[in-house]
Amino acid sequence: MNMIEAINSALDIMLERDPNVILMGEDIGYFGGVFRCTAGLQEKHGKTRVFDTPISECGIIGAAVGMGAYGLRPVPEIQFADYIYPGIDQLISEAARLRYRSAAEFISPMTVRSPFGGGIFGGQTHSQSPESLFTHVAGLKTVIPSTPYDAKGLLIASIEDNDPVIFFEPKRIYNGPFDGFYDQPVQPWSKHPDSVVPEDYYRIDLGKAKIVREGEAFTVLAYGTMVHVAKAVVEHHGVDAEIIDLRTLLPLDIETIEESVKKTGRCLIVHEATRTSGFGAELSALVQERCFYHLEAPIERVTGFDTPYPHSLEWAYFPGPIRIGEAIETLLKD
Amino acid sequence: MADQDDKPMAGAKPNLPPLSLHVPEPQFRPGDDVDYSNVDIPPAGKQPRPDIGATPYDMREMVYDLVRVLDDDGKAVGPWDPKLKPDVLIKMLENMALVRAFDERLFRAQRQGKTSFYMKCRGEEATSVCAAFALASDDMVFPSYRQQGVLIARGYPLVEMVNQIYSNKGDKLKGRQLPIMYCSREHSFFTISGNLATQYPQAVGWAMASAIKGDTRIAATWCGEGSTAEGDFHSAATFAAVYNAPVILNVINNQWAISSFSGFAGAERTTFAARATGYGMAGLRVDGNDALAVYAATQWAAERARTNQGPTLIEYFTYRAEGHSTSDDPSAYRSADESKEWPLGDPINRLKQHLIQLGEWDEDRHAAMDERLANDVKAATKEAEKNGILGHGLHQPFETMFQDVFEELPWHLKEQSEQAARERAKKWPE
Ligand SMILES: Cc1ncc(C[n+]2csc(CCOP(=O)(O)OP(=O)(O)O)c2C)c(N)n1
Repeated sequence: MNMIEAINSALDIMLERDPNVILMGEDIGYFGGVFRCTAGLQEKHGKTRVFDTPISECGIIGAAVGMGAYGLRPVPEIQFADYIYPGIDQLISEAARLRYRSAAEFISPMTVRSPFGGGIFGGQTHSQSPESLFTHVAGLKTVIPSTPYDAKGLLIASIEDNDPVIFFEPKRIYNGPFDGFYDQPVQPWSKHPDSVVPEDYYRIDLGKAKIVREGEAFTVLAYGTMVHVAKAVVEHHGVDAEIIDLRTLLPLDIETIEESVKKTGRCLIVHEATRTSGFGAELSALVQERCFYHLEAPIERVTGFDTPYPHSLEWAYFPGPIRIGEAIETLLKD
Repeated sequence: MADQDDKPMAGAKPNLPPLSLHVPEPQFRPGDDVDYSNVDIPPAGKQPRPDIGATPYDMREMVYDLVRVLDDDGKAVGPWDPKLKPDVLIKMLENMALVRAFDERLFRAQRQGKTSFYMKCRGEEATSVCAAFALASDDMVFPSYRQQGVLIARGYPLVEMVNQIYSNKGDKLKGRQLPIMYCSREHSFFTISGNLATQYPQAVGWAMASAIKGDTRIAATWCGEGSTAEGDFHSAATFAAVYNAPVILNVINNQWAISSFSGFAGAERTTFAARATGYGMAGLRVDGNDALAVYAATQWAAERARTNQGPTLIEYFTYRAEGHSTSDDPSAYRSADESKEWPLGDPINRLKQHLIQLGEWDEDRHAAMDERLANDVKAATKEAEKNGILGHGLHQPFETMFQDVFEELPWHLKEQSEQAARERAKKWPE
């Protein structure tokens, strides 16, 4: 399966297993979503389980809060992460705090799915990575898969979770892993071991990172598309790095991170989002606090630039092999 | 306009009149005499009562009318008279009077420093109490902060309300919410948000969920006229109309949003009920100080929702007879006479006169009731004070601060909870 099929499979299974799961979003019903993640699900599960919504992110998330309070498990889709902002107050002030402010009388068990990230010439309104807006909010969980296998297992766990989850789907790798060498042809998922996805139900618990590649030279912390880019660059440079795919930014698997950095003594953080106040800043602070006496070099951060995502200069913006390569050199200098 | 520069803007074409910006201004400011003769108050009983299946199109004139049942003599007249039995009317009166007694006492408690904040709903009691009477007790309500009347009408214990207001160790919301931001799942009363209008799309979502599940319960929500300017209001109206959601959208037009008069939410151009027309929704404009009209309108809208005929937007035309909250001084921005001169009177008084006119009530019984209610409230506050008042140490255990952020405590909150415990041990050694 590619990542779209894996997500579709997870949604299908959860619609089947739990009559309280409903899907809604712009164009997700009859048409199956602009990325086709919900294709065929309305036909199979009916119009009151899978339906289109008005173009109103505030309405979509606000209604999902009410549905969650009723006892449903809504899985709203926001067509692009860039459009989550009109609904953000309902996420930050409402969904995130409902459990707390009602002393657990009401909960918000929604999973907001949204494609995010760049690399598809989406311009500044179809490319953003707003994950750190959400990790900064008490009460939200943020999940980002990097493979079809993980996408299915993590999405199932997210839907089963009783807290509101932001599930960001790296759209650059919906159809195949991306190595960052943008002028080379991209392999489809079918050539990748993580595209072998069981048809049946399985879950991957939130809050557990995955060691993608073991190594001794340094630790790479990455998620989403950047896991694949980092891996390709590490292999290109022939360095023995340990690569950790965080999978869940919150709750974060601090143990795996700490153990790895203490072992390697060096840490490289890679994400696509803009640099300032990005999630890399949080990771860097945590590593510094917890592994300072094990560090042999300053922590390196490779990120997008602090500009809106440019259209024609997309590949100059993207934290690709050159930027990562330079960081690796700096990290290993002495 | 005096507040505009009369020199034309450089670059403005000299052969065209300069454009001017209109900034709404209320009719009266402090010191002004109040004259309400321009407020169009149609006679009670004259408004048609459409069949609950009427199309929004066919009833579109109603959004400019004002549904009224009680006339100037306290008689119930016209097709909207819900014809309630005297004992129900007395119960309704008693609940409204209890809300007022509660407000009076808790307002004073704030002034005495027992809590940080309070908000009264004086003058608006009918819009929550009588609406609650017309709903089923398990219909879900998504209130704003002036609907304490719904909780009271649903029999929520006064002591629980005071515990919440005092944020004390008895507060079942664990001292996390601003006073009056109640929540009771048992009473189908959703948790109140401080972010205006957010409850609107949530109520619609709940109603949609009820419809998805083939349930029979409907939802109702309230916001102020000022809050109708929030995007959430319009998202909710769109969703309600699109999915024909079984929901009642109440707008309490109490004329003021803190110091901003209703003109800043668009009242100079049209009514708030008229917002319904554009969405293809049924809309009613109702005398909010007329207990029977409020009951009748809610009953009509509830029946409509319950029979799958869709949502209704109800504007209650009323007046906020006191300040916005304990932090507000309304004499700084509005004429002192506005409240006194309000042409629709006081909702409790009007229902009382109706009952007296029916021969079911008298001044003595009313006075006795008021005294009994004041004592009930006093007893409840005394009881709650045993659990502590705000800032006097009888609060929730510290570790509750970290609970309910998530279903389970993640490592970072565990660490922070331990830190709070260490700080506590240093700050308050036993
Ligand atoms: C989103 C948001 N903006 C501003 C405020 C501050 N605020 C609290 S109450 C209020 C006025 C609300 O007026 P209205 O909706 O007419 O209701 P009323 O107080 O008259 O019942 C304002 C501006 C807020 N709580 N939330």
